[in-house]
Amino acid sequence: MASLYSYLLVSGLLFAIGLAGVVLRRNIIVVFMCLELMLSAANLTLVAFSRFNGSNGLPDYNGQMLVFFVITVAAAEVAVGLAIIVALYRARQTIHTDDLTSMKG
Amino acid sequence: MPLTLFWFFAILMLVGGLAVISMRNPVSAALSMVASFVGLAGLFIGLNAYFVGIMQILVYAGAIMVLFLFIIMLLDLKTEEKQAPKVVPIVGGLGIVLAFTIQLIGILGKTPDKASEPLKLDQAAIAYAETSPRVAERLGNGQLPDVNLVGQVIFTEYNLPLQIVGVLLLVATIGVVVLSKRQTV
Repeated sequence: MASLYSYLLVSGLLFAIGLAGVVLRRNIIVVFMCLELMLSAANLTLVAFSRFNGSNGLPDYNGQMLVFFVITVAAAEVAVGLAIIVALYRARQTIHTDDLTSMKG
Repeated sequence: MPLTLFWFFAILMLVGGLAVISMRNPVSAALSMVASFVGLAGLFIGLNAYFVGIMQILVYAGAIMVLFLFIIMLLDLKTEEKQAPKVVPIVGGLGIVLAFTIQLIGILGKTPDKASEPLKLDQAAIAYAETSPRVAERLGNGQLPDVNLVGQVIFTEYNLPLQIVGVLLLVATIGVVVLSKRQTV
């Protein structure tokens, strides 16, 4: 059986991968996907803690509830974000973050 | 979950994640993300969170990734052409990630580890015997009625947040419709 440590390590590494993608990639859709990766890494941490700190011999279901709400909010976020990207593409014909400099000082 | 299965799913998840940030073609990135989420769902199921694992596949690998692929094809994105890489952002980005990873390993080194112990279904069956006999019966048979337990918690203790999330989804739907409408002004 894997211990809590390995789950936390794996989820931290997934978060680091997502963070690297957000910082390094230029394509705004891929940046968005990396945000989803980071949210999922947080979900893995929540589920791992819920399993390892169970109450009454069962997993702690309060942690899994938070995972549901995170998944729901992520779904709503993706829908709105992709609509914004489509609107942006219509206005600018680009989705590269380097080309979107109108708010640069 | 056996250790080999844990590492199989964990490595599938991490390799999928690495492929997302290294693939130049956005469609390949989206498909590697499906692989990553399948690995993550495997880890959830190994943690006895069966319902969350199924939701992960249905919502992320099913709905969200289809939405991503749909937008990628709608915008008709080509593979990123190779640009001269800018050194400062790349070094800065890798520095942040490296700092985070070192921090993580340092913290984990001081965290007391916890071995996973098997679920005590008999003990839970006694606790549920009064309130819900059907759940208690299945627990007594050595099964984990995950969906029943999740449903009980979500519709009793978390009823108000559930309804608020419903409103959030409605707001998101309306927002998307408004955003996607072609401006006629």
